[in-house]
Amino acid sequence: MSATGADGDATGLGVSDGAVGGHSGASGALMEVEHLRVLFPIKSGLVVDRTIGHVHAVDDVSFTLREGETLGIVGESGCGKTTLIRTLVRLLDPTAGVIRFRGEEITGRSRRQLQPVRRQMQMVFQDPQASLNPRKRVGQILATPLKLRGLAGDRIEAESRALLERVGLHAEHLGRFPHEFSGGQRQRIGVARALAVEPRLILLDEPVSALDVSIQAQVINLLEDLQEELHLSYVFVAHDLSVVRHESDRIAVMYLGKLMEVSPSEELYDKPIHPYTSFLLMAIPIPDPAENRARTRQVVTGEVPSPIDPPAGCRFHTRCPRASDLCREVEPQLTEYARGHLAACHHPQNVSPAEIAAARRSEATPLSAGAETPRLPVSSA
Amino acid sequence: MARFLIRRGLTMIALLFAISLVTFLLFIVVLPGGNPASMLAGRLANPSEVQLISHRYGFDQPVYVQYFKTMANIFDGSAYSYQSSFNVDDQIRQGLPTTVSLALGAGIIWLLVSILFGTLAAIRAGRYTDRVLTVLSMVGVSMPPFFLGAVIIFYLGYKTSILPINGYVPFTQSPIQWAYHLIAPWFTLSVLFIGFYSRVLRSTILDTLSEDYVRTARAKGLSPRRVLVHHVLRTSLLPIISLWGLDFAQVIGGGAILTESVYGLHGVGYLAAQSVGKLDTVTLLSIVMLTAIAVVVLQALVDFLYAVLDPRIRLA
Amino acid sequence: MSEPLLHVEDLRVSFATEDGLVQAVDGVSFEVDRGEVVAIVGESGSGKSVSAMTVMGLTRGPNARIDGVVTLDGQELLKASESQLQRIRGGSIAMVFQDPMSSLNPVYRIGDQIIEQIRTHQPHVSRAQAAERSVELLERVGIPRARERMRSYPHEFSGGMRQRVMIAMALSCSPKVLIADEPTTALDVTIQAQILDELRELREQTRAGIILVTHDLAVVADIADRVIVMYAGRVVEQGTLDELFYDPQHPYTWGLLGSITRIDRDRSKRLPAIPGVPPSLLHPPAGCHFRPRCPHAFGQCMQVPELNARVADAPAHLDRCWLTVEQKRSVRQVDGQIGLASPSAVVS
Repeated sequence: MSATGADGDATGLGVSDGAVGGHSGASGALMEVEHLRVLFPIKSGLVVDRTIGHVHAVDDVSFTLREGETLGIVGESGCGKTTLIRTLVRLLDPTAGVIRFRGEEITGRSRRQLQPVRRQMQMVFQDPQASLNPRKRVGQILATPLKLRGLAGDRIEAESRALLERVGLHAEHLGRFPHEFSGGQRQRIGVARALAVEPRLILLDEPVSALDVSIQAQVINLLEDLQEELHLSYVFVAHDLSVVRHESDRIAVMYLGKLMEVSPSEELYDKPIHPYTSFLLMAIPIPDPAENRARTRQVVTGEVPSPIDPPAGCRFHTRCPRASDLCREVEPQLTEYARGHLAACHHPQNVSPAEIAAARRSEATPLSAGAETPRLPVSSA
Repeated sequence: MARFLIRRGLTMIALLFAISLVTFLLFIVVLPGGNPASMLAGRLANPSEVQLISHRYGFDQPVYVQYFKTMANIFDGSAYSYQSSFNVDDQIRQGLPTTVSLALGAGIIWLLVSILFGTLAAIRAGRYTDRVLTVLSMVGVSMPPFFLGAVIIFYLGYKTSILPINGYVPFTQSPIQWAYHLIAPWFTLSVLFIGFYSRVLRSTILDTLSEDYVRTARAKGLSPRRVLVHHVLRTSLLPIISLWGLDFAQVIGGGAILTESVYGLHGVGYLAAQSVGKLDTVTLLSIVMLTAIAVVVLQALVDFLYAVLDPRIRLA
Repeated sequence: MSEPLLHVEDLRVSFATEDGLVQAVDGVSFEVDRGEVVAIVGESGSGKSVSAMTVMGLTRGPNARIDGVVTLDGQELLKASESQLQRIRGGSIAMVFQDPMSSLNPVYRIGDQIIEQIRTHQPHVSRAQAAERSVELLERVGIPRARERMRSYPHEFSGGMRQRVMIAMALSCSPKVLIADEPTTALDVTIQAQILDELRELREQTRAGIILVTHDLAVVADIADRVIVMYAGRVVEQGTLDELFYDPQHPYTWGLLGSITRIDRDRSKRLPAIPGVPPSLLHPPAGCHFRPRCPHAFGQCMQVPELNARVADAPAHLDRCWLTVEQKRSVRQVDGQIGLASPSAVVS
């Protein structure tokens, strides 16, 4: 969330060594995810249950999160975004694929072995009410992670006070219970708890969507300040694309468990390549009456198909006006266009023939995708 | 549907097996305190007599053989009490009509009255009616059947002769006498449950009243009565019904020991009370199995009813 | 223009709670005309939903005290008997709620739920006729295979489809006024766009007046004709859509406009957020309710400002703030955008 431009993230955000101390890889990658799949079995049977199908929650997703970066993940409900980040912190176990955190593989590790790594990534949940133990005082809520960090006695007390002040609350709040706070304040406590173990990465699952508008802005500002002060990396999941765009350096658009498009966040709005992305963008009303009236809007028809039996080929083809036979049969590769802008579409929009010619197949392409290179649709070309 | 029946059947069998095994081990192996053979032989028996009895009843065989023999006897009706040498099956068979009569009448009364009281208390929540009903429920819950029974027998039986003092008249003999003799037991047993059930229903209804779909029903312009009956009660009754299933099964299995004893009803509960007194393990084991079967069957019925009343629950 | 369709004047609603009296709505007045969308905007606890529900008589209860005047086509509603109100609810005034997941009864087929409403208001209609009407309504709101879906239960529908069912049900008795309480808040943006289109079309076709209760100014900008901004039970500003977005008069409105993230704007360094939290309605601050959070507050704000027209040539643009129009225009910009200046920036 530092004020780097659209294409400055690779150079401008390499704040990893020195102050915070760490041994990030040479690439500056904090987390690498390769071909991650999370399938939930559906069981049924007359006497003994057999697996009769799977919910394809996350289906072959690859990306790299750089140090100090905020990666936004958006998509409609059921697209797998929440499953994805829960798997990243290993609240859920992946079915296949590799997750590396600071160069170390964390998939396949036992919970015990995960402990030291888990401490470096923390999660903040949507509902601050449900994610804080109502019977514990704020001081106790914060003390647990602080003890994990090896602190004891007075140091815990002092550190808890410092944490509360850092998130904009007061030290005298330590003795209170979660229900004595407003929604926004509870979310601040959630953030303080996450910060208590000095994480490198915070995964935010819809952190502001349960809050009132005026409070949303406060929490967003807080998250930005903390990132700057503590050199944190964020993965920010939300259904509200305007909030995600405000927060993120890069945005990944998911649909039915697959990545549709990954782009620097400014460019995603100006130049969406995947038709699904433009539909998402067009659906968002702008809080400006004149601009709303001036905008031509096309509303995507239909709803997200079932993730139990997702469409073959491109998963969006059932709702896509540009869909061709190719889209119905072959899963598109993730193609990398200029400046790290990726899209999985056979008939991309907002790209010139020259850009298509210069594009190359991304390593993040799902294994099941075809080798076809993108082309402009026959009709509209 | 077939899947539900098959799965349910298998679970029921497994459950009954587990219950029978645990109760057998408790009653036959752990509880009696001392060798049943020496108890049977009497205080003056000599060791060889005890050994003979022990061998005749199979007490010298391994526990698992004893278990299967006992269970086989119970289920084919050839189990005999060691103490009274009566056929256990016959005894239960004799007591069952009385107990079922008691359970059916009381079950219907306590269900209907609690629905009435619970609903009234909920829609008048916080007001006078609610408070009176709250006090009544407390009194009901804390009223032991032997006390209430004694009071009723004394005042309505001895003093005024309005009701019979005790005894049971079979339905087949005279339906009117049957009901007349059961009024007091029905009432006594119901009071216990009404207090508890109406409290549960009251709080479920209050929860349901704040549901969004109830607000929708009101916003549709439905009358308060229609909102209550169609949109509130239908979902609120579910927890009550599952409670009812379990309690009804308990009573069938002899759970109304106190009520049956106070009114001299020689039902399953009365038999159970007697067997406990005599440490009659075979009879007790049979009664426990009867209760277990009743509970498991009624639970299955309740689950089925649930699925009918709430389409979100699939039979699986 | 003749008599307005719905007329609300000085509506006051208070609830007696265990902790004391809560003044949930404190003097709300507005009108809704045929085919007009009036948005009531505010955060939780602002009184926006209570105002809308009171119009339908849904907040009546032993602990509620309701004052003011509400007339629909000349008929007074606040004093109407319960049975008169039953005819109006779901008949002349229908309502669509926020959460389509929980607003339909889970144990009845959706067809039966629509038929129930039709037959309640038109007892002479046969079940078969009502069923036929229901199918038409479901088709109208874009439910595919409507005839089959009549027999489905709510849990067999997606959130968007359930909201369509709610709208179909609301339309079943051709209401004059439709109250939509956060109708798209629980939905995905793509589905939100579909539902808003549905409401727009409905307004055109039926000429019903729509009261849209929402916290989302972007949705307001998309569909409303007039806007009422509420804060802690009071209306702080009301006017036409353009007046409110392009010449907002109340600092709270500036704060709301400033604190929303926008998809079409470069992300600024910081959002001009409103500091603090909304007051408790049990112990609201004296004077202007927004005073404790307002960086522009001054001595006079200890008295409650009237809701008055203050902008020249805009008689229907009302606000409740002591600042002069000139003062407001000079302080409401932050970084070139409308927003609430942070307190530190105002100290000078």
